[in-house]
Amino acid sequence: MKYHSISFGTRMAISRKGLLLKLLGLLSLFLIFVIGGSFIGEEQIEANMSQKNLGPSIRHLFGTDWLGRDMFFRTLSGLHLSFRVGLFSAAISTLIALILSLLSSYNKYFDAMVTILIDLLLSIPHLVTLILIAFVLGGGVKGVVVGIALTHWPSLTRVLRAELMQMKTAEYVQISKKLGKSRIWMVRNHFLPQILPQLLVGFILLFPHAILHESAITFLGFGLSPEQPAIGIILAESMKYLTAGMWWLVLFPGLSLILMVAMFEAMGNNFRKMFNPQ
Amino acid sequence: MEKWLGAFMLELKNISFRYNRSKWLFKHVNLAIGQGEIVGMYGKSGSGKTTLAKIMANYLSPAEGEILIDGEKMNNEKYYPVQLIWQHPEKAINPNWKLSTIIDEAEGLNEEIFSLLGIQKEWLNRRPHELSGGELQRFCIARAFGPNTRYIVADEITSMFDALTQAQIWHAFIKLVKERNIGVLAISHHIPLLEKISDRLIDFNKLKSCPNITN
Repeated sequence: MKYHSISFGTRMAISRKGLLLKLLGLLSLFLIFVIGGSFIGEEQIEANMSQKNLGPSIRHLFGTDWLGRDMFFRTLSGLHLSFRVGLFSAAISTLIALILSLLSSYNKYFDAMVTILIDLLLSIPHLVTLILIAFVLGGGVKGVVVGIALTHWPSLTRVLRAELMQMKTAEYVQISKKLGKSRIWMVRNHFLPQILPQLLVGFILLFPHAILHESAITFLGFGLSPEQPAIGIILAESMKYLTAGMWWLVLFPGLSLILMVAMFEAMGNNFRKMFNPQ
Repeated sequence: MEKWLGAFMLELKNISFRYNRSKWLFKHVNLAIGQGEIVGMYGKSGSGKTTLAKIMANYLSPAEGEILIDGEKMNNEKYYPVQLIWQHPEKAINPNWKLSTIIDEAEGLNEEIFSLLGIQKEWLNRRPHELSGGELQRFCIARAFGPNTRYIVADEITSMFDALTQAQIWHAFIKLVKERNIGVLAISHHIPLLEKISDRLIDFNKLKSCPNITN
């Protein structure tokens, strides 16, 4: 009789290593975006009338626009701005989700309140609420960040709430209570470590949403102001020149936006796989 | 004057319980466990032994009746002097914690408890999935022996041990209990075991059906 050895352990280790490498690759790619964006000063994107409406070339990778501004640097700084908006709004959104889900685990009245809030916000399309909030706050970075932060927490809150509900009835949590532990102690030691992976994955997956929505409402004219080099602004302005055959004004910024969003999606999914290998 | 009569006992007075308006699981159960006394209880599965255990350790509140601990009613917030040791150690331990954290959670445990229960030092650095159910159960047992524990409800705590380990664990358990004068309700299907360890035996079905006889 022959015995077969089962090597789940090593295979899992290899795939985990692969995932980690992928993650590192993505992280470095996106660090280039961020660090690259912060080094771009005014002089690189200032108007230069002698070089307007040029197509993509070695000197101007993404071409230049109708004012002779280099589109490559405009796109990079646009992505940088999008990244910052995404970071802030995703962070605030995650924080709101965490607080509300902990609140809903406190007792059933809070839970009912939070559930109603979630249903209320999920029943309206994001973009509508977002436009409303951004408009009320007068647009700009503040309006966009607050708008995105206030509209994107419900789905994450639902996930966290379900996880906490399940944990609350776990035997070890009940035992902890009978050992005289306070609620805060239990939140810190039992609940938070358990929901941390979900929180992190939720945060990263909120990012692409936030960036896309930022671009969307900026494109529609309710978001950032026109002098800021945001992708939404670039795309909206370029629409007018598209019919004149200046395709590079739209193609490259649009592509890089999609690239950045796809990168965050991949990163979030890889993180999820790493925490939850099934 | 009334206190001395009921003093130093865990008393269940007229306890009735049912889950959400379904049939009464039991009605008017009376039971008293003295300090340092080991009471064995057996009964059919599904008859509500574990529910009674949960009521005694304040995990569930009874529909009727009251529980007095050394003549007093206890509130919920503090360390509860009646500790329940659960049937399934895998569920009673946070799967993400190191076992040393579990020891830290129950503050003020005596070193002697670990050696008596055969808990080895190197287990403390491991995580729950690296230990067997029997090894985890030793931690669950140790955890119940906090300095403020006055009574312990042991619900099928050795069903996952082999006979030899079972004997060893109960030996340690009884020694600890007698040393600290802790009252115990031991629940099991295994009547010979109960006969061996307990000072007094109760049939749960009789307890349920003869409400007027106080044990």
